[in-house]
Amino acid sequence: MSNTQQLEDLTTQVRRDILRMVHKVNSGHPGGSLGCAEFIVALYNEIMDRKDTFDMDGIGEDIFFLSNGHISPVFYSVLARAGYFPVEELNTFRLINSRLQGHPTTHEGLPGVRVASGSLGQGMSVAIGAAQAKKLNNDSHLVYSLHGDGELQEGQNWEAMMYAAGNNVDNLIATIDLNGQQIDGPTDVVLPLGNVKEKFEAFGWIVVEINQGNNIEEILKGMAVAKSKTGQGKPVCVLLKTVMGNGVDFMMHTHAWHGKAPNDEQLAIGLEQNAETLGDY
Amino acid sequence: MKTYTNTGNKDTRSGFGAGLTELGKTNEKVVALCADLIGSLKMDDFKANHPERFFQVGIAEANMIGMAAGLTIGGKIPFTGTFANFSTGRVYDQIRQSVAYSDKNVKICASHAGLTLGEDGATHQILEDIGLMKMLPGMTVINTCDYNQTKAATIAIADHHGPVYLRFGRPSVPNFTPEDQKFEIGKALQLTEGTDVTIIATGHLVWEALEAAKALHEKGISAEVIDIHTIKPLDDEAILKSVAKTGCVVTAEEHNYMGGLGESVARVLALGHPAPQEFIATQDTFGESGTPAQLMEKYGLNSASIIKAAEKVIARK
Repeated sequence: MSNTQQLEDLTTQVRRDILRMVHKVNSGHPGGSLGCAEFIVALYNEIMDRKDTFDMDGIGEDIFFLSNGHISPVFYSVLARAGYFPVEELNTFRLINSRLQGHPTTHEGLPGVRVASGSLGQGMSVAIGAAQAKKLNNDSHLVYSLHGDGELQEGQNWEAMMYAAGNNVDNLIATIDLNGQQIDGPTDVVLPLGNVKEKFEAFGWIVVEINQGNNIEEILKGMAVAKSKTGQGKPVCVLLKTVMGNGVDFMMHTHAWHGKAPNDEQLAIGLEQNAETLGDY
Repeated sequence: MKTYTNTGNKDTRSGFGAGLTELGKTNEKVVALCADLIGSLKMDDFKANHPERFFQVGIAEANMIGMAAGLTIGGKIPFTGTFANFSTGRVYDQIRQSVAYSDKNVKICASHAGLTLGEDGATHQILEDIGLMKMLPGMTVINTCDYNQTKAATIAIADHHGPVYLRFGRPSVPNFTPEDQKFEIGKALQLTEGTDVTIIATGHLVWEALEAAKALHEKGISAEVIDIHTIKPLDDEAILKSVAKTGCVVTAEEHNYMGGLGESVARVLALGHPAPQEFIATQDTFGESGTPAQLMEKYGLNSASIIKAAEKVIARK
């Protein structure tokens, strides 16, 4: 897929999937999912060089780790629409006996997921390990990961950041979803992150900023820059500035929809703002 | 009764180091990670021989466990090395989510377990790790008794797919199991045959159990000693078979009675063959500084305690 319009159409459909999934079970995390929809759509359909079928080791392809596992709705929707499993299975999100657990897991064997995430702060270490395995396997493909900004409050990230820079893990592009929100409010209020760019740089990372993280073209441009910075002895961080709840006006710019599902009426408004493009599941 | 010869005291952690050295030569998938304790874990040889497969992570155990999980993606078999305390309690959630729940083929190798770590004291003497690890679904839990068994176990777990917790210790202790043994995960070893009492021991307490059996024999008491190196999955069959014959059990471990081998054995008995049991273990307490021998004496984890417990449990039959 290379046409920006196609990616935008897919993103609109993914937004519909997200809203319908969380509405059906009256639980889940729409805010961050909507905020990262463009990014994950672009990642899976344009940026990553990946195989069509799933195998756990992912040798000979780019692989992705979702560290902020609560945005599973967007992850599941993109995986399904990339062909890893039937889109109808999105109907089972968070239901008993489903492979689509509240937070992503390998336990039920859902294709596309390589590690469980949900308890925050663990994904960067896993991504670094996978990146080191790629080097040992002489596999020149890249490891991508996504992390919430609030998630950076977990100390393990800083252990991982120190390791990656100190050991030249330069086949890793870790993206931070800088939406400035977390469950209890703005990150600046809950526990200020300070200057994230300067912090990553101080730890020895190359930082690439994408100031319009909900704009597909800007994402593609920024990620191309990020990719060009790999292989230079340093890990690469992308600071992706997004709007939480993007694409559904009443969910935007607030932490209120971090972990809350829309009611029937709110769903109808959200769907109206995102007309069906590729067909609902 | 069958007796065992100590071929010379050796530390179990050196058995781990030797096993890892062997694996370095025979299995290219094996990689090792260490959190600033290479010398203590005896990982020097592996590091020297295979620098490209060795990862010094610094004092950052959470990152070490996560990286180990990641290294399995790409087919590596990571062995992590640090003290038992930092291998478990400190990184429980990382092990739970990134390793156990994610079914990653990580081998968590933990030295300096229990009281015999000695002078460093309770901050480092974990007595809860068996419980923490055995409660994780899918986790195999092994506690070896001497150098030879630790070496054999280290080599064996590389061929087992799935997360493993391998627990061993710091001090030099009798080395008495065969050098060329085949280590079978989940298989109890009957060391002596007896009819009056079954002594089920793990780790450093296995030798103490053998010493106790010898003394009991002199008193006319016939003790059957079983070495449980694999606490999970537990060899229920071996336990039930022995207790059907002896009618009572003493369990012995360098761990809190809560969550340890003893409780696992008690469950097997409750379900399959209810029988009196005595627990040689620490009694819901932290340790303290002292020499290993002083600590094992003070906390009742030696052959003298096992003898008393055996006599007591026989009287309860």
